[in-house]
Amino acid sequence: MKWRAFWAVLYRDLYVTSREFHVFLAQVILQPLFLLFVFGKVLGTLNYTQHGYTDLLFPGLLALTAVITALQALAFPLVAEFGWTKEIEDRLLAPMPTSFVVAEKVLFAVLRSLIATLIMIPVGIVVLGSIPWRWAGFPLFVAGLLLGALVGAGFGLLMGTLVQPQRITLLFSLVFTPLLFTGCSQYPWPQLEQIRWFQIVTACNPMTYVSELMRGAMVPQVPHIRPWVCIVVLIFAVGVLLTVGLRGFYRRAID
Amino acid sequence: MTPADSEGLAVEVRDLVKRYPKAPVNAVDGVSFAASPGEVFGLLGPNGAGKTTTIGMLTTRVRPTAGTARIGGVDVTRDPVRARAQLAVVPQQSNLDRSISIRDNLIFHAAYHGVPARERVERADELLDQFGLLDRAKDKPDFFSGGQSQRMMIARALMHAPRVLFLDEPSTGLDPAARLFVWDRLRELRDSDVTLILTTHDMDEAALLADRVGVMDHGHLLALDTPDALISSLEGEGTLELTADQAADGTVVDALAALAGVERVETVHGAADNGGPGPSPDSQPLRVRLYLTGDAALCVAPAAAVLHEHGLALQDVKLGTPTLEDVFIHLTGRTLR
Repeated sequence: MKWRAFWAVLYRDLYVTSREFHVFLAQVILQPLFLLFVFGKVLGTLNYTQHGYTDLLFPGLLALTAVITALQALAFPLVAEFGWTKEIEDRLLAPMPTSFVVAEKVLFAVLRSLIATLIMIPVGIVVLGSIPWRWAGFPLFVAGLLLGALVGAGFGLLMGTLVQPQRITLLFSLVFTPLLFTGCSQYPWPQLEQIRWFQIVTACNPMTYVSELMRGAMVPQVPHIRPWVCIVVLIFAVGVLLTVGLRGFYRRAID
Repeated sequence: MTPADSEGLAVEVRDLVKRYPKAPVNAVDGVSFAASPGEVFGLLGPNGAGKTTTIGMLTTRVRPTAGTARIGGVDVTRDPVRARAQLAVVPQQSNLDRSISIRDNLIFHAAYHGVPARERVERADELLDQFGLLDRAKDKPDFFSGGQSQRMMIARALMHAPRVLFLDEPSTGLDPAARLFVWDRLRELRDSDVTLILTTHDMDEAALLADRVGVMDHGHLLALDTPDALISSLEGEGTLELTADQAADGTVVDALAALAGVERVETVHGAADNGGPGPSPDSQPLRVRLYLTGDAALCVAPAAAVLHEHGLALQDVKLGTPTLEDVFIHLTGRTLR
């Protein structure tokens, strides 16, 4: 009974996404597309960036897409559903445990993230002409995609349950933008030694490890944090985020 | 008042308690009642009485502090998933899925509850027709009126054929025609043995629809019986409602209260106190309700005389028999609002 409900709810979410696919694309692709184009193509063509910078940038932007897409896919609807639309109520009354309601949302966010990140690959090829691809790094690449999506989902869950609807714009400016730029997607972490304090700040952002993992998979010649370190840290971060997020969800859903 | 047969009860509540953290008192303080299949049970009481919390516990949205609640024999705390399969909730505020059409709202809801594909499409169209929403089947619920949303939510609730339907203030915000329509639909449900649990502070609704009414206040169930039985507990009492031609101060009210046969006087406009000079709005003509221990007709002349003595003329007289609101006032000493 509960699995039927689970898949039915997931189907509803996928159905709505497919009906508004162009909206979905606009939401998830525009930001990384512009970053790629401006920082990769434009600055590169004008010779303001070093040769090989796009090799560094592209995996970082894939990481960024993975995390941000999952975050948005979870946080935005959740704030609305708990807030003014109350749409969450019908899901909470479906014949499945409350944890399944959360699990479905996480799975849906991960799926959206995977789709968006995979779409970025042809986008990268079109914008940059070529992308750094390494089949040997494929397992790490997949790990990066999944862990990135889960980290994003974890953040989304946390933000969606802890934030009151009226504070949402504040939250997104205070949390979202810093998250975006301290995730090492546009620069490699090891070389931040030169700005030590910033290196410490970025080390606290789980997105950094996703970016570094992606670079480790696709462009290992660029200095990067060792993949196993990234994986361990990310598993830990996902665990913490999802646990705290789940607790926050229960508090909002059930008195 | 609990039906003797404990098996086969649609809803069973025993000594249910809810205390919110840091609250000085229990929101629900040892409430017990039961409802059989096909019964319409009304829970009457003002805001803050604990009705919503009680319903929240029955619908797995609030965790009880103590006591048990069962839906169709299933303990809501031990097996919330099975309990949810048997119940449905029609809330006061619309919570329809705004991203899909109303027809899809019905179909997906049924899908969540495991209704087979063909059946859910058929039932959706049937219910849309029954609730007069077929012409808007492809619309999204965004711009639906309150009445239409309400009908939609009832239709949705019925999609998975629940045993118990919880309705929170079903008539609020509905025009009289819409309200009658909803009541007719609800009455039809009893034939299919669906139990309805309504929370309301609309007296007419409780009196007309409910088989039994529970009166709640401050977390306690003060009385539980059929509307007729509750009203006849005020046997021999009548009410006399008087409207004067202008506003008046408290001395008139005191004088009226002093008349023989008058148990208490209430200024009508939602005043909270009885007897004393209620906060009558200065500009509005005086309207009072006298609660009498005897025949209301006998008090008309003396009351008119009192008004005359205070320079007021009698504009309107209404003789009344007690209503559920009077039962409530009798039990709690105040009005429902």
